[in-house]
Amino acid sequence: MADLHLVDINSTLEMAATRAGFGSGLKKAGELDVNVVAACADLTGSVKMDAFAAAFPDRFIEIGIGEQNLVTVGAGLALMGKIPFVSSYAAFSPGRNWEQIKTTICLNDVPVKIVGAHAGLYTGADGATHQMLEDIALMRVLPGMVVMAPCDSVEAEKMTLAMAKDSRPNYIRVAREATPIITTAETPFKIGKAYVFSEGKDVTIISTGTMTAPALEAAEGLYKDGIDAEVIHVPTIKPLDEATILKSVRKTGCVVTVEEAQVNGGLGGAIAELLGENYPVPMKRIGMQDHFGESGTPEELLEYFGLDAKHIRMAAHHVHEMKQ
Amino acid sequence: MGLFRCIIVSKMGQTYTLLELEEKANTIREDIIRMLERAGSGHSAGPLGLADIFTALYFAVLRHDPKKPDWEDRDILLLSNGHCVPVRYAAMAEAGYFPKAELLTLRKFGSRLQGHPERLRLPGLENTSGPLGSGLSQGCGIALGLRMNKQLHRHVYVTLGDGELDEGNVWEAAMLAPKYGLNNVTAIVDRNNIQIDGPTETVMPLEDLKKKWQSFGWHVLEIDGNDIDAVIDACAMAKAITEKPVCIIAYTIPGKGVDFMEYDFRWHGVPPNHEQAVKALHELRTLGGKIRGEHE
Repeated sequence: MADLHLVDINSTLEMAATRAGFGSGLKKAGELDVNVVAACADLTGSVKMDAFAAAFPDRFIEIGIGEQNLVTVGAGLALMGKIPFVSSYAAFSPGRNWEQIKTTICLNDVPVKIVGAHAGLYTGADGATHQMLEDIALMRVLPGMVVMAPCDSVEAEKMTLAMAKDSRPNYIRVAREATPIITTAETPFKIGKAYVFSEGKDVTIISTGTMTAPALEAAEGLYKDGIDAEVIHVPTIKPLDEATILKSVRKTGCVVTVEEAQVNGGLGGAIAELLGENYPVPMKRIGMQDHFGESGTPEELLEYFGLDAKHIRMAAHHVHEMKQ
Repeated sequence: MGLFRCIIVSKMGQTYTLLELEEKANTIREDIIRMLERAGSGHSAGPLGLADIFTALYFAVLRHDPKKPDWEDRDILLLSNGHCVPVRYAAMAEAGYFPKAELLTLRKFGSRLQGHPERLRLPGLENTSGPLGSGLSQGCGIALGLRMNKQLHRHVYVTLGDGELDEGNVWEAAMLAPKYGLNNVTAIVDRNNIQIDGPTETVMPLEDLKKKWQSFGWHVLEIDGNDIDAVIDACAMAKAITEKPVCIIAYTIPGKGVDFMEYDFRWHGVPPNHEQAVKALHELRTLGGKIRGEHE
């Protein structure tokens, strides 16, 4: 779509990790607002808070390996008018400290920004303990929590800057490995908005985070197969842009959801809930099917667990047939 | 005699004799009994044991304004042991934050006085708590925020239960405060030796508690937590000690003031029934039989 200023998916795509986009966004947010502060649990370089920490040492708190402390110190800082970004690996935060997030951030209604790094299968070789696949589900059930997953490093930076201005508790998941850059500085981003990255009329593919690039790739393949797929990128899983999704599904009549997370409670769960109550249609959910991951390269894992463009294309064929 | 001689000047400029403060603590205890009886559920032992500490805090120690709960120069009091909130509600009502009649809505549908405290529901509450172990780390975050905001005249007090110290989150915060030299936060541990399943030393031994806090880098003061004067003194000393954060281990009697509740862990998590409440109120009104009650 021309007005979205996307990169041509068929060109040679530059690569960068979404965590890097977060890191540059955080430093920019710190430059724009003196109240932006950051805290980390012994992973400063890894979660890309190092540039902020170097630029604003008085506004950076090193918590050590204590994720419960991380988010609750963040809650305290927010109570004093700060805008705290708190980060660790998603496996540990929000993996370990869910109750503290519920009680001291959501029930307290303070604008703490929880950044879950190394989320999803892209964590690769570290294995199942470090592959956070349940974070979307865990954060999505919390009243008041905004849940987001950027599609590339460019969007991750915009998302981080938007989070610094948002008065609600936010969760953002970012990945370790470099993934294709598919948006540009001109591509719009607004919290709570879904974007039609590719228009079509036969099937709706709804993707979030790093899976939007393979979703676009799958749409290219489907076009050759004679199926005109619409790809909706959902950077904000909660609150969900219901209008954009329902408009598309009413047009196409079938849906595939794609995420690098558990489909139960994840984006797939969210879309199934929306459509189940409003406009039930044939649907397939691509993502982790109630399984843990394991060690391997991201490519090996994505293929093995059926999260690549090939599987998205097959799923689209499947729901398209179910419709007829 | 000492009770009349000792004049306490609160942070807000009011003066009280120690006897007047002890009478306030007694009134707060009576209100706790009435609230819990009406609610039909809730915790008895902890709030009664904490009545003297909360009297000292609200009437002598804290910079606060009941008519302006969000006063930007106020001290911050966090209740980490959220289940003890009846004592905070009673002290707040006594201080004038809201009408006393509202105390009887505790735990009822639509009440601002939730079973466990919710910051957004009642002006004057600083945090939402109940799940244990997270108050001190929030206090550290607030203390860091105050330092960044250059509001060094404001102080953070965090009350914790002793059973609560089983939670790892407490010790994560206990490491953080000395690291950042947070002398603007004071922990007050309610050392009443009981928790739900029994004595703390049976459920999960805490001793040597003083050495534990000291070894984490805290200056420790041990006091009789049912001695209002001692609480006020310790809080003053805690502000004067600037090289380390201060932990006040306040030894209290669970159920203090009601003979049949004192020291008994079974009163941790239950309210008095009507008969027990009448008996408890009689005892409180007569100061344990020392004076004749008005209705005798």
